[in-house]
Amino acid sequence: MADPVFLGLSVITIGSAIAALELRSLVYGSIALMGTLGGIAGFFLLLDAPFVALFQLAVYVGSIAVLILFTVMLVRRELIFKKIEDGRRRLAGIGLMMAVMISLGAVFLDSGIKGIETDEPPVDFREIGADFVVYYWPALVAMALVLAGSVTGALVLARREDTENGGGTG
Amino acid sequence: MAAELVDFALVSVALLGIGIYGLAVKRNFIRMLFAVEIVINAANLNLVAFARFIPDSGGQTLALFSIAIAAAEVAVGLSLIIVAYRMYQNVDVADFRSLRG
Repeated sequence: MADPVFLGLSVITIGSAIAALELRSLVYGSIALMGTLGGIAGFFLLLDAPFVALFQLAVYVGSIAVLILFTVMLVRRELIFKKIEDGRRRLAGIGLMMAVMISLGAVFLDSGIKGIETDEPPVDFREIGADFVVYYWPALVAMALVLAGSVTGALVLARREDTENGGGTG
Repeated sequence: MAAELVDFALVSVALLGIGIYGLAVKRNFIRMLFAVEIVINAANLNLVAFARFIPDSGGQTLALFSIAIAAAEVAVGLSLIIVAYRMYQNVDVADFRSLRG
C-alpha cells in the first residue's frame, strides 16, 4: 500500500478527474482530462502493460484530448465559462457518487481479492500481437470497419450545409 | 510490483463514482462527454489490473479494443456536439428538445 509512485499517480488521476468536471473553464477542464488519461497510462505502466500504456497515450492523450480541445475552441466564448447546474441536483449527484463509491468499495474490500499479489512474470506484448492476429482477427477487421464508419458518420454529421444564414464571417 | 489488486480496483471505483456524478449533475454536453471518458477509463483500468494478476493476455487485448471503440465514440459525440451547437447555438442538453435534423 505504501508505494509512493502508486499514491502519487492516484492523487494525480483522481484529482484531475475532479478538476476536469469542476473547473470553470472548459479549456482548463480538457487539459485536466488529459492529466486523468495520462495518469491511467501511468497505471498501465505500473501494471507491466507498456503496450497498452503507449496505446493509451497515443489514442487518448494524443488524439482524443486534442480533438476535444479543438471542439471546445469552436464553442462561443461565454458558453465555455458558463456553469449550468442547480444546487439540489448537485447535492443529489454527490450523494449518488458517495453511494456508488462506498457500496462498490465495500464490496471490493470485503471480497476475496483483498491481499492478492502476484509474482508471476508479466504478459509479453508479443503474446498480445499473436492474439490479435491469430484469434481475434475477425474482431480486428470488424473494429477497423466500425472506426471507418464512425469517422465517415462524423464527417457527414459535421458537414456544413447552411451557407445561406452563415454569412461571410463564418 | 508493490501495489495490490484491490488498490487498483479502488482507484477504478473512485473514477467510476466521479464519472457518474458528472453524468448526473452536469448539463453541459462537453462535460458529459468528459464524464463518459472517465467512466470508460475506469473500466479499462479494471480490465488491465485483473489481467495482470491472473495473468492472462486476454484482458490487455480487450482493453486495446475498448480504447479503439472509445475513440470512435468520441469522434461521433464531438460531431453531434458541433451539429447541436449549430442548431441551437448552445451546449446545454436541456435545450436540445427536438431530434429533427
